[in-house]
This record gives sequence, structure tokens and C-alpha cells, in this order.
Amino acid sequence: MRFETPTSVDQAVALLAADPEARVLAGGTDLLVRLRAGQVAPSVIIDIKRISEMTVISQEDGGWRIGAAVPSAEMNEHAALKADWPGVVEAADLIGSTQIQGRATLAGNLCNASPAADSVPAMVVAGALARIAGPNGTRDVAVQDIPSGVGKTSLGKGELVTSIYLPPKPAHSGDAYLRFIPRSEMDIAVVGCGVAVALDDQGKISAARVALGAVAPTVILSQSCADTLIGTTGDDAALDALAAAATAEAKPIDDKRGTIAFRKDVAGVLAKRAAKIAIARAKGEA
Amino acid sequence: MPKDEYQSRDFKVVGTRPIRPDGIDKVTGKARYGADITAPGMLWGAILRSPHAHARIRGIDTSKARAIKGVKAVITRDDFTYQPEDSDMADILDNCMAGETARYDGHAVAAVAATSKSIARAALAAIEVDYEVLPHVTDVDEAMKPGAPVIESGRQQENVPKGYSENVTGRSQYGHGDPEEGFKQADLVIKRSFKTAATHQGYIEPHACLATLGSDGQGDLWVCTQGHYMVRNVCAGVLGLDAGQLRVTASEIGGGFGGKTHVWMEPTALMLARKSGKPVKLMMSRDEVFRATGPTASSSVDVKIGMTKDGKITGAAATYRLQAGAYPGGIAFLSAMCGFAPYDLENVRTEGFEVMTNRPKAAAYRAPGAPMGAYPVESVIDELCQKLDLDPLDARLKNAAREGTKSSYGPTYPAIGLEATLKAAQSHPHWTAPLGPNQGRGVACGFWFNFGGDTCVSLMVNPDGTVSLSEGNPDIGGSRASMSMMAAEELGVPLDQVRTIIADTASLGQNEVTDGSRVTFAVGLATIKAARHAVEIMKERAAMTWGIDPEAVDWRDGAAHPAGPNAGKFPPMTIKEIAAIASNTGGPIAGHHEVNAEGAGVSFATHMVDTEVDPETGAVKVLRYTVFQDAGKAVHPDYVEGQFQGGAAQGIGWAINEEYIYGDDGRLQNAGFLDYRIPVASDLPMIEPVILEIPNPGHPYGVRGVGETSIVPPLAAIANSVSRAAGVRLTSLPMSPPKVLAALKAE
Repeated sequence: MRFETPTSVDQAVALLAADPEARVLAGGTDLLVRLRAGQVAPSVIIDIKRISEMTVISQEDGGWRIGAAVPSAEMNEHAALKADWPGVVEAADLIGSTQIQGRATLAGNLCNASPAADSVPAMVVAGALARIAGPNGTRDVAVQDIPSGVGKTSLGKGELVTSIYLPPKPAHSGDAYLRFIPRSEMDIAVVGCGVAVALDDQGKISAARVALGAVAPTVILSQSCADTLIGTTGDDAALDALAAAATAEAKPIDDKRGTIAFRKDVAGVLAKRAAKIAIARAKGEA
Repeated sequence: MPKDEYQSRDFKVVGTRPIRPDGIDKVTGKARYGADITAPGMLWGAILRSPHAHARIRGIDTSKARAIKGVKAVITRDDFTYQPEDSDMADILDNCMAGETARYDGHAVAAVAATSKSIARAALAAIEVDYEVLPHVTDVDEAMKPGAPVIESGRQQENVPKGYSENVTGRSQYGHGDPEEGFKQADLVIKRSFKTAATHQGYIEPHACLATLGSDGQGDLWVCTQGHYMVRNVCAGVLGLDAGQLRVTASEIGGGFGGKTHVWMEPTALMLARKSGKPVKLMMSRDEVFRATGPTASSSVDVKIGMTKDGKITGAAATYRLQAGAYPGGIAFLSAMCGFAPYDLENVRTEGFEVMTNRPKAAAYRAPGAPMGAYPVESVIDELCQKLDLDPLDARLKNAAREGTKSSYGPTYPAIGLEATLKAAQSHPHWTAPLGPNQGRGVACGFWFNFGGDTCVSLMVNPDGTVSLSEGNPDIGGSRASMSMMAAEELGVPLDQVRTIIADTASLGQNEVTDGSRVTFAVGLATIKAARHAVEIMKERAAMTWGIDPEAVDWRDGAAHPAGPNAGKFPPMTIKEIAAIASNTGGPIAGHHEVNAEGAGVSFATHMVDTEVDPETGAVKVLRYTVFQDAGKAVHPDYVEGQFQGGAAQGIGWAINEEYIYGDDGRLQNAGFLDYRIPVASDLPMIEPVILEIPNPGHPYGVRGVGETSIVPPLAAIANSVSRAAGVRLTSLPMSPPKVLAALKAE
């Protein structure tokens, strides 16, 4: 097993393209666990933390570009980023423990392609784009299009995610992410839900995005959930309709972490609770 | 009968809170745990485990593994040529290395020793096992039915009634009076069935050992265990060695809670060492710990209790069915003994069924059998109180066992502390604190026998007057601190003059494992007696020096004094002065004591807990928790409080989230700490410990064991709290959110 530390994206792409058994190491909070458990045995590990452009958070066209090697702890301490996209930052802040957050990255969470990834529903409702570098150059893809199944991504040979772009925060908007876990921390989402809303001048919801995690092989970005909110003030009737829609949209499985009935119920509960927070943030109340 | 050992006294050291002697090494990483021991030329061992819940092993081909460079030994059951006559030893051998049949997912079938971990892993992958998969059963109620897959034929005891599967290996019965008559006198009778899941002790440190075994028959084993004498005896018994030729040294221990009172892999390490001629280190992964060491039993229980309108229990009955796992044994008899032990009952009968299943052999876990013994009983008592509109503490006080009560399991109690814990609970501010919406308060009582057993202690007075104390029990709950404190108390010397170590098996006589909350009681008793022995010798030396009779010498404040004016006028001789001239007064000075300690006082606790239930998700949050327990005498109150808190914390996990989850294929689905959810710090409130001290007549200082009782009440206390908060009675553990939400929606 080789360990490579490229210092440029081009070098990383070349290493990755040269070996189909190569694996990218960002924080390593998933890869190293699998290595130790004997579940993976890559021929080459490509550590991207020496690529300087991938280790920074920078403002770009009113939005935020977050390098693929930026740990979530740095996001959590970035006041301006947190002010714009508190839901995304909070979602990343839920992953693992304090120690894990010193390493874990948004891009790693995305490319690990777990249905239960906490940051992904939050990024999806924020309209985040993943920048992909590969042998044929660079392209930007909506984050929801990266995971293609459990543990699978749509990335091509030699491609890696180099950064996540969060667009400019719309006026009178807010986002939120909530997950359900049986413990209070150090756990994995049984259900996750991200909600982002924008209000018009009358305080009505003019735009909404709702994404459900851990209730399907990949994140569900639900138009029917969003429709229950759009045009309303987020009143109780709208929130109840949202909960019902989220329950209907969730397509979970029975497993050791929860039953189908439980996950569908809790998807509704979380959608309602996350929407309340997002609306309050849009109103500047939270 | 408990001996009348107790004498009231004013303590100088006992009851204080000195810094623990093992603290600095542990926080600086210098302490040596099982996996920290290495030896020159050491090989790495690894074990191949069955992926099947139940399978006949038709053949094992190890030729490819043996051909790998760096592989120094490959063993299967065929290498264990000694066949123990004792059936317990034969079962342990079969559990360490499967014979004809793999009995559970994770059962060891082969092992290797190699020059690196990765070569050892590659060798495991190269071993070919030809399995014939057999039908399996992992549920206790299913396993009892006639026609269930039989784990091993011919192990059923004669006391099992007809009509059960051979998997039911034993039945026990306890009690007195006639419950049916009692139920007729009751104003309300409630009968309910309960289930608890198998839970693991969840110790942080996985099992690890380093073994040598030469062709001369001499061996050494360094191992993380709760009882190295037990490990020596079992390894000798399983491998046909002389116990005296095998020296076992206990490492520091990162938790055990009963799970390290058994042998799971040490004979394998010794066999690999013998075959390779090299020291072999064997360590379990967390996955192996979950799959191949014993959790405690899951249970299925029926309870029926009758109560009058004013809270008197008139009749009580319970049937306990517990999983023993893949080998005969089991702890249902302990559930049947403990369930009603807190109460003074005229009519009580219990029975316990021990049931084999295709799961790992169940192991001891902190008060084995008692938590699932108490949970159904305390739940039904709570429900009776709710329906009869009675205060649950008053009702328990009305039925509480006292000195002179004939217990539900037979013996008559001497002085005990249950009433004191209930009264302390009643007068504590927690009991009357207001509750918010969706919140509930639960209480429950619990009992544990406590234990004494074989114990040896040696106390050496060094030439400079300092004291070295050797005990033979791994320090899992602060025994080095408490033994040093009791020795210092008895000798009248400052605590820092005494250092206690855990001696290896060649250095002391037989010691029972660190179990049954026995160490502070039994080793403490032996320590006190060893110190008294040393004091007698020192008095003789002083008497010799003064030319007076030894009976005319008193010992106080760390020095010999003439007993009175008639004895003569001599300045006191300190321990330091006596030690300095010991060589000239007869030689080195040491005290020792060897005993099968009896008189371990039983221990009771009452727990009180507030929870809040999220009505939309079923999530349970523990808001406040108070433990009231009788310690007899708290030698080091910090440790005692830690034991109270630790038992409650483990009980919270057991009650709310912990469970072994098996798939239809009989495989364990959650062999890791992600999906086997022990509580994390943020799941727990500060658990308030309230120490009560009702002296144990069987100990010189009144000490009772405290380590286990604290895990007995939490299951029911939390279930009662959650049931009151949710407005629906929960009867199955864990009360995980999906289960609680389903119960709420069914209302």
C-alpha cells in the first residue's frame, strides 16, 4: 500500500486516474475505520490535505467555497459562513465527536455516499454545488447528484471533489437541519431532514427546499414537501401538511436502527421541526 | 451465618478520600493493560470465527495458511489433544475452540500465530472450513419449545419438567407459602409478561493476553482478567497442565463488570505458544468481543402480584426464562432468588429456566440475573401502586424486608439497609421536586447477595518500616486504594507508608475472582487480619526488646506501647524502629491471612429517576437520577459513589438502548459501539449518590460490597418513570424510541 501526498489538484487527478484501486483520503474518518476493519485494501491512498486550495474557506461571488479538505471544526468556527448557512454548519457539526470534527469534511461526507450522511440533506437544500476535477477538466454538479446509491458515487475514473460551493444566501432566507438519533451524540442518523426557505416581502414563503436523509438509498429532495410550504406563512396547518408529505415521501427500510413506520413518522416530525427553525431564521428571529 | 466481626470504632483513614494510587499512571498512559505487554520474538495470534449461527464442521484445511511465509503455527481443535474429564472444563475448551459444531456466530474454529498482524490476517483468510449449516435458534422462548433446533443433546437436568425442548437444561424453584391463597386476599392482582434484551458489559478494554509455554511444561501468561487464579486453574484444567507450572500475571484492567471472570481465548494463546515455541500475543477486536465473549442473558418473564388496598403484598409469583447461550449453565436461578428479595412476603414462589440457544455463552454481568429479576417485579409493584393510588415508596416500606425477615430465597436476614434507603428517598428533595409535561418519576428497589470466598493477603513490613501489601485480585474498583487504607488504619500508619500490589499466581494462595462485590469485603477482611498478624509480631519484638511479656504490649498510632504502668516504663517503639532491628529480633516481619471469607452482608438500594418522553419520537431523556444504597461502611467514598453512578449508568443503557440484535440468519447485527448503544456522557444527568452506612455484622469495619447492587434497580426505575411519563406501561427492554413510539401510538 502506497501513501501519496500530492500538492496540486493535477497531481491528485493523475494519481487517481492511474490506479482504479486508489482511494482519496480527506479526514479519513470513514476510510481509516474501514481500513482497520479490513473492509478495504486500497493500493494507493491519496491524501489531499497538502493541496493548499483544498484546505481553505473563501468567499466567491457572494457565496462560499469550502475546500474538500476543510474539517467541519473550521466551518463551525467561521462566523460569516455560519451566519449565512447555519443549517449546513450545524449538520457538519453533528458528525461524530469533537475529535472527529477536527478531521471530518463535507466533501468526504458526500463522497462516502452513506444514506445517513448528516451534511448532505443540509447541502442539498442549500443548493450546494460540488466542484469535480478529473482527467477531462473541471465541472460543477449539484451535490444531490454525487451519491448514486449506498456507498456509490457518480464520479468518473480519476475524478475527485475538490470543493463544495454554497451559493449566496437569498434575502429573508433560512436553513436548518435536524436528525434523529437514539443517543444524544456520537451516533448515526436514523432520519435526517434539511429545510431551506425564503420569504417574500409579505412574510410568505416564496421558495422552499426540503430534503430527507436516511430514508432511501440517497437523499430525497422532495418537491411535494416544498409545495406544502410555498405560499404559506409556515402556519400550523402548513407544517402539519409538510409532516404528512414528508412521511409519505420517506421510503425507508426496516433495520437495526429503526422500523419503516418509525422512520416515516419521525421524518414528518423532523420536517416540521426543521421548518420551524428555518422559518424563524428567515424572519431573523433565530 | 454471618460472624460477629463488626466492632464500632473511630476511623482515621477509612472514610476519607485520598488520591487513587493508580491515577497518575492511568492518566499519563504509563499503565500497562493487556495489550501493552510484549516479549522478545513475540508472534501475533489471530482467531478464525464461524460466520454461521449453527453449523457442523465437516473439515478444516489449513494447508494454505501453513504455507504462508511468516506463519509459525496454525491450530484447530485437533491440536487440543488433552480431553478434560470435568464437564465445565470441557465446555470451556469447546467454547474456546469449536469441536464438531460451531454453536454461534463468532465461535472460534481455528487460530494462527504469525510474525505480523497482517500475515496472521492473511493466514486466517487462507483457512478453508467446510461447514454444514444447521437450523438455529436465538430466541429464548422459541428455544424452549419442543421441536426447536437442539444445541447439544443430553445436557438436560432431571429437574426440568416434561414438555420442553432439550435446550432447557435446568429449572430452579424458590419461595415459601402459597401465592394462590395470597392472591385471594388481594384487592388487585396484576399479571404481566416482560422481556429484556441481551446486553454486553461494554468494558472499554478488549480481551488481550501474552502467552509462553515451553516444552518443559512451564508457562507464563500475562492477561487482562478479573481473576488470574481462575485463568490459571482453567487453562491448566483445559490443557492438562499442572497449575503450579503456569504462572499468570494480571495486567491493569480496563473494565470487566463480570465479563472478565471467564476464559474466552487464553488456552488458545498458550496452545499457539506451545506449537510455535514463541511468545504469542492474542488480542480481540471489538467485533470479537461482542460476538465471542458473553453478554448477559436475555430474559422472558411472567410475574403475578396481589396487593391489598392499603399496599400489603399478599401473594407473589414469577417465572424467569433466561438464555444461557451455547453451553449449559445460566443465571435464571439468580433472577428467581433476587426478584422478590427486598420484600417480607408470606406467599412467594419463583422458578427459573436455563435455556441453551445459538448465541455466545452468557457471562456474568454486574449482579448477574438480579436486574432482570427485579425489573418485572418492580414494574408490577409500580403498576399496582398506580391503580390503587398508593405512594410507591410507602408501599415498598410497608412490605420491606427487615432484620429477621425470612427472605424469598431462603435465609433469614441479619441487619440490613433496605428501609434506610427507602426512608432516605422519601426525605430527599428529589422526591418532591415538580415535574413538567411529558415527564415522569419512577422508583425501584434492588438487592444483591454480595460474596466473600477464598482470599489470601500478605503484608510485609519492610526494613525502613514501610509496608508492602500483596493481594491476589485485579484492581477493578479501587482495591489497591481501599486495601492500603484498611492496612494503614489497622497499623496506625500514614496512608503513604503502604503500597498495595496485585501479586501473580505464584506469590499467594488461591484467590477467588474479582466478582460478587467481594473484594473490599473479603480482601479487606484478610488485609485487616494480616495487619493484625503483623501487629502481633511487632508487639512480640517490642516485648522482647523491653524484656516484658507480649501481652503487656499495646499497639496504637503505629507504635508499640507498654500496656499500662505495671508493664514498665518504656518509650513507644514505632513500626520504623521495630522494623530497623527486625533482623536482630527474629528476622523479617510479615503478616498474612488466608480465609474463605463468610459473612458478606447483603446490600439493598432504592433508585429514583425522572425522565421525559418525546411524544412525537418516543425518545427518552433522563433528567435526574438519585441512588440510595447501603454501603455498610464506605472505605473510600469516591469509589463507592463511582460504583453507585456506574451501575446506574449501565442500567440506563440497558433500559433505553442497549441490545444484541440478531438477524433471521442468526448473526449478530450490531457488533460494535455504533449500533450497540451504551450511553455517552451527554446522555446522562449527574447521578447523585447517597451513601447509607448500616454496618455489616460480618466485617470488622462493617463493610458491604457495593459494586453490583447499583445496576439492579435502574431497569425498573426507568421503566416506571417512562411508563408514568408516557401514560402507557412499557414491558420490554430496551425502551428504544421505535418501541416507545409504537406503544404511544397504540394507546
